[in-house]
Amino acid sequence: MRNLRLWSAAPARNVETASTPTVNVLRGLVARATTPLLPDDYLKLLNPLWSARELRGLVVDVRRETEDSATVTIKPGWGFSGDYQPGQYLGIGLRVGGRWHWRSYSLTSIPRRDKKLISITVKATPEGFLSTHLVNGVEPGTVVRLAAPKGDFALPDPPPAKLLFVTAGSGITPVIAMLRSLQRRGESADIMHIHSAPAADAVIFHDELRALEHAQPDYRLHLQLTADMGKLDFAALDGLVPDWKDRSTWACGPPAMLDAVEKAWTQAGMRDSLHTERFTIARPHNGGEGGTVTFAISHKTIELDSATTIMEGGEKLGIQMPFGCRMGICQSCVLPLESGYVRDLRSGAEHREGDRIQTCISAASGDCIINI
Amino acid sequence: MAITDIKAYAHLTAADIEEFGRELDAIRTDIEESRGERDARYVRRTIQLQRGFAVGGRIALMASRNQVAWVAGTAMLGIAKIIENLELGHNITHGQWDWMNDPEIHSTEWEWDTTSPSVQWKHSHNFVHHKYTNIVGMDDDVGYGLLRVTRDQRWKPEYLGNPVFNLLLGTLFEWGVALHGVELTKIRKGEKSMDEVRKDLRVIGKKVAKQVGKDYVIFPALSGPGWKHTLAANAIANLIRNYWAYLVIFCGHFPDGAEKFTREEYETESHPEWYLRQMLGSANFTAGPLMAFMSGNLCYQIEHHLFPDLPSNRYAEISERVTALCDKYDLPYTTGSLLHQYMQTFWTIVKLSVPNKFLEATCDDAPETNSELKFRIRSGIRESFGVDPNTGRRRGLRTALRELQTGDVATT
Repeated sequence: MRNLRLWSAAPARNVETASTPTVNVLRGLVARATTPLLPDDYLKLLNPLWSARELRGLVVDVRRETEDSATVTIKPGWGFSGDYQPGQYLGIGLRVGGRWHWRSYSLTSIPRRDKKLISITVKATPEGFLSTHLVNGVEPGTVVRLAAPKGDFALPDPPPAKLLFVTAGSGITPVIAMLRSLQRRGESADIMHIHSAPAADAVIFHDELRALEHAQPDYRLHLQLTADMGKLDFAALDGLVPDWKDRSTWACGPPAMLDAVEKAWTQAGMRDSLHTERFTIARPHNGGEGGTVTFAISHKTIELDSATTIMEGGEKLGIQMPFGCRMGICQSCVLPLESGYVRDLRSGAEHREGDRIQTCISAASGDCIINI
Repeated sequence: MAITDIKAYAHLTAADIEEFGRELDAIRTDIEESRGERDARYVRRTIQLQRGFAVGGRIALMASRNQVAWVAGTAMLGIAKIIENLELGHNITHGQWDWMNDPEIHSTEWEWDTTSPSVQWKHSHNFVHHKYTNIVGMDDDVGYGLLRVTRDQRWKPEYLGNPVFNLLLGTLFEWGVALHGVELTKIRKGEKSMDEVRKDLRVIGKKVAKQVGKDYVIFPALSGPGWKHTLAANAIANLIRNYWAYLVIFCGHFPDGAEKFTREEYETESHPEWYLRQMLGSANFTAGPLMAFMSGNLCYQIEHHLFPDLPSNRYAEISERVTALCDKYDLPYTTGSLLHQYMQTFWTIVKLSVPNKFLEATCDDAPETNSELKFRIRSGIRESFGVDPNTGRRRGLRTALRELQTGDVATT
């Protein structure tokens, strides 16, 4: 019986299911008639959400939060599990100019609630072409791609008794998900929240935070409005939060703030009670002059210059790199770029994480990770 | 003996060839930079159309006992299979749409609707054929280890069956493509162990089981009492696709003017010369927009070989620029009607079933193969002397005398 089930579901083995794996038995059986495709590949032509081969979502609402940020509400399609943790991020793919671009944003919705809708809150950054597009250009009705929620920056359930949240700018987004789900679950914790933003009208979720402060006596908020007050000095944190060393801390914000936080916590010997989330990968300033290439599955690392291909680097380490023509025409060597940037040696075009790259004609452009 | 000195054959200087290569690189850059929503929409619509035909065909064949439904169903299914294999499968696995970064339309993910597993196809076709194009002894597609398509291939008694094998290959094209993956030539030369062959055959077997299961078990069974009619319709749809794909591919590679090359040419080849080999080694056929689409834009075989990974919908526009380049460098641009190209191909295959001694032309100056020696004329006699890089043998006076005697060499 078990074997029959396994056999039936075999063609749908790698398909994610939201609720019950039983649906893959049906999917697998029908796939015997649709091979080499899945039934989803036909059904998605009727409704773009009816496919679990790739997770999809439909943008149902774009609501502006501040001048340069917006909350995008998405109705996920088949295969998307609502089983994520507050604080985790979601990969979202958007088609611009025929090309899919991928970024990750913190989920600001509450797991298993919100009528199965999910939301992310995005701040448009000047260099962030996709974030600007999400904030200013996405219409309800747009179909987006999704990647299953991921991330270790999540609040345990039940939460620790005493918490400190340190956030800045759009770093508020994972923390608002934590605050909302604590409130929704009716759980209480002694929370101190320090949030930095240039001015009050630039604080994302400003009104909601203030309302929470009024409603929940055990939630205290300190807004550091940096235009007037300057940046927070973490060396003088004792004055603001005398008991910060008793608290488990979750910090999220720009790299400079996180560096300062990490330094302060490390100096106090408190590094273990600090959880951080970095939104941006450090981008090489020189624009791609080689870097450290990590082959994730093989657990190997090599330093490569800007003229050496990823394939040559892998082979130097003795990794069985897939290869074919070695001149960029056959696509035998394509591997997913897990993080960082590479440069196409022929065209000079840059590829970033989420792209699949031809390793035989790609050189590292800063540190990067290849999945092999 | 096929072309060894491609510069001499093309009557171009080293500087000419460098410039020629730069101009082709510029075409690539222009197309790469202008890929966008319009192209993406094209491939998405092609997929929708293909799936529409597939569903339509399968539904019509549920009533396969009805003659009209049978004809309509078979035609739609045949069209669906052709579009899938040529415009979608072949081109997507070439990476033509990888730039969209869409995992559903990507060379690493696409499995095509035929018995050949994509993974093997990418090796034998994308890599071996597109890199070593028309190098006798390196490109398996020169005769597929089965046919004699150039007199550079040494004659063997099996080749007497050339016309019959040709017909069989056209009929069973899908199966020929699948078996291509085990690399017959390599096995014969002992370059591939039986273990490797068995491993490849297992991969093919799995794919075959799925494809055969769908066309010859599941859909006939689903159509109930009309199962026999559905089975026949599916078989015929596969046949239609087989003959059409065979025709498109043969007309892209074996008409007169699609030149052959020697190993030595390859070993000393620069990147611009690689372009030149691709161009001189391929043939187009004239086609309107519909026929171009149904051929997977492989009526632009020359453009495809120059830029195998640029989107197929742009080949028509690329061909205008390539034609202009051919005019500029006074290079041949081999093309003709489908019928014309096929008749040349067919005649080559028939003719080459016999040994060279029964053939009029030499390997240096034949319809299907040429070499730079073709142009050496001394005292009114075409000369084909020197060391043959293919065999390493000197061709001297004795050969010359024999050739003159047997009329193997044409005089002007």
